Amino acid sequence: MSNNIIELKNISVAFDGQQIIENMNLYIRDKEFITFLGPSGCGKTTTLRMIAGFQEPDSGEVIFDGKVINGVPPHKRQLNTIFQRYALFPHLNVYENIAFGLRLKKTPEKEIKAAVTEMLDLINLRGFERRNISSLSGGQQQRVAIARALVVKPRVLLLDEPLGALDLKLRKDMQVELKNIQQRLGITFIYVTHDQEEALSMSDTIVVMDSGVIQQIGSPTDIYNEPKNAFVADFIGESNIIEGVMRSDFWVEMAGHKFKCLDKGFGVDEEVDVVVRPEDVDVVPVEEAMISGQVTSITFKGVYYEIIVEIKGFKWMIQSTEFQQQYSTIGLNIEPDAIHIMKKSQYSGLYGDYSSFSEEFDELSDATYDEDDE
Amino acid sequence: MNKKSSLMSRLAGAPYIVWAALFIIVPLCMVAYYAFTDNTGAFTIQNITGLAKYTDTFLLSIWLGLVATVVCLVIAYPLAYIMAQKGPEKQSTMTMLIMLPMWMNFLLRTYSWMTILEDTGLINTVITSLGFEPLQLINTRGAVVLGMVYNFLPYMILPIYTVMLKTDHSLVEAAQDLGGNKLDVFRNVTIPLSVPGIVSGFTMVFVPSVSTFYISQKLGGTGTILIGDIIETQFQTANNFNLGASLSFVLMILIFVCLAVMNRFSDDDGGVIL
Repeated sequence: MSNNIIELKNISVAFDGQQIIENMNLYIRDKEFITFLGPSGCGKTTTLRMIAGFQEPDSGEVIFDGKVINGVPPHKRQLNTIFQRYALFPHLNVYENIAFGLRLKKTPEKEIKAAVTEMLDLINLRGFERRNISSLSGGQQQRVAIARALVVKPRVLLLDEPLGALDLKLRKDMQVELKNIQQRLGITFIYVTHDQEEALSMSDTIVVMDSGVIQQIGSPTDIYNEPKNAFVADFIGESNIIEGVMRSDFWVEMAGHKFKCLDKGFGVDEEVDVVVRPEDVDVVPVEEAMISGQVTSITFKGVYYEIIVEIKGFKWMIQSTEFQQQYSTIGLNIEPDAIHIMKKSQYSGLYGDYSSFSEEFDELSDATYDEDDE
Repeated sequence: MNKKSSLMSRLAGAPYIVWAALFIIVPLCMVAYYAFTDNTGAFTIQNITGLAKYTDTFLLSIWLGLVATVVCLVIAYPLAYIMAQKGPEKQSTMTMLIMLPMWMNFLLRTYSWMTILEDTGLINTVITSLGFEPLQLINTRGAVVLGMVYNFLPYMILPIYTVMLKTDHSLVEAAQDLGGNKLDVFRNVTIPLSVPGIVSGFTMVFVPSVSTFYISQKLGGTGTILIGDIIETQFQTANNFNLGASLSFVLMILIFVCLAVMNRFSDDDGGVIL
């Protein structure tokens, strides 16, 4: 018997003729913290709702603990959900909200009291029992939602962008707290977010999704260091995605220079996408440099300067702790282990360089762009 | 600047304040005045104490009003629930169908029920043509309740439907998620969250039902005299303004008490503003 608690086999879902999820296969191990990461509309929430039972796949199987659970209604599934806007019952106080699941199971009053008290301790809200839901802050409501879901002892907790409504500082604290709770209780967390930083800092496994298709599954370090295609490289962190040509094993040519790298197994003269993270580029004197270019802008970011350098018409982003004069020419070196080679994909050439604003920024000012929450 | 804006807002409120003073406060004071004076204008409480003989009529009015309201609730609640689940197009069609009778005159609607229920009306014609004995339909209490339900049903459906429509569907999903089957969800989430709609629907049906006189006159005959009929007689034919006012005054207090009891039931947050 494998230790997969959930398996999705050949899942497809369409709404109104639009394909939301296309032939998805996924295995989720027991007790892991797995995150579905992707832009809005990528199918991550739909996948979560399918596991919870709120959405049935058009085809394929959802398997829980070795049993197919297609068609099993949500209340008969051993998993619970933290909803995007918490969905706390406004007509019940904190205590009754947490006790809700236990009351449905006709648990004796004594056990309910003990369990709710234990949960209130877990979320640090002792003394809030009689408080109205509407009198709580966003962070407190969030905690009540967690307690309400955990008190019924699910084997899997599903979290649908649970920190989206909180401000930055609280969000960071809650990330740590959620991870702690997950480790302490030893249950599986399936987390949905579009925030790559959140995904990197909390997850054991990240599933990167776009347009209903899984782009990459891996640990945070794998996903960051070895992105499979330009989409993943662009979505996770900052990256320079440069068109290159594999001249032979361990040698790639880009920006007019042949670089030594650690990748092999590509065809001779095969066109590839090369990823270089901004923090992996070293600034050196021009005469010692592999490549050189002109500084077009420099922005102080606190820990480092963000420098945009134009090299043969392509704008690179570089993070460096040393200040450089705007319009000066600087030299750059890239070590072999800082270079990651990817096969060409449908995403090649989509992301361009750092000469313009991000796509999200463009979407904000585009009235025809249709923002939907899936 | 602050002073100016508060002056502006006071001015903006002025038309309604004048309206309320002229047509709500003043008439209420007049009702109270007539209720506690005799026809010479001297103070008396005999109008009120003399109402004891109308106790049965008061009770009957409240009883029939209550029955009509409960029947409305029983019909309206499932309908509102079903409506709120439908797609937007079906919803607007159904809302339209519910509103449609309200566009027709109230008197006309009640009159048409007369022609349906009469001894030689539509129903009895069908029954007798099938060879059965005709039924006594009109001039019964049942006919009065039917008239109330028919006329006031939309006022029960719409507030409940509106509240249900506004309910966040993720609350239903949360309840399912926590182990609730359909019945559990309905009992523990749908019903409690719809209480504000029930309370305002209750008020909007109960108040006009208790004080109606037209429905009881047309459909209830001489056997079903309601308090509204007596009040109408005092003003229209008996010309006893003092008795009429005291009846109205007591009716108002009784309705107020009924609604206060109702609000008590529904907790503090769901109550209507009286």
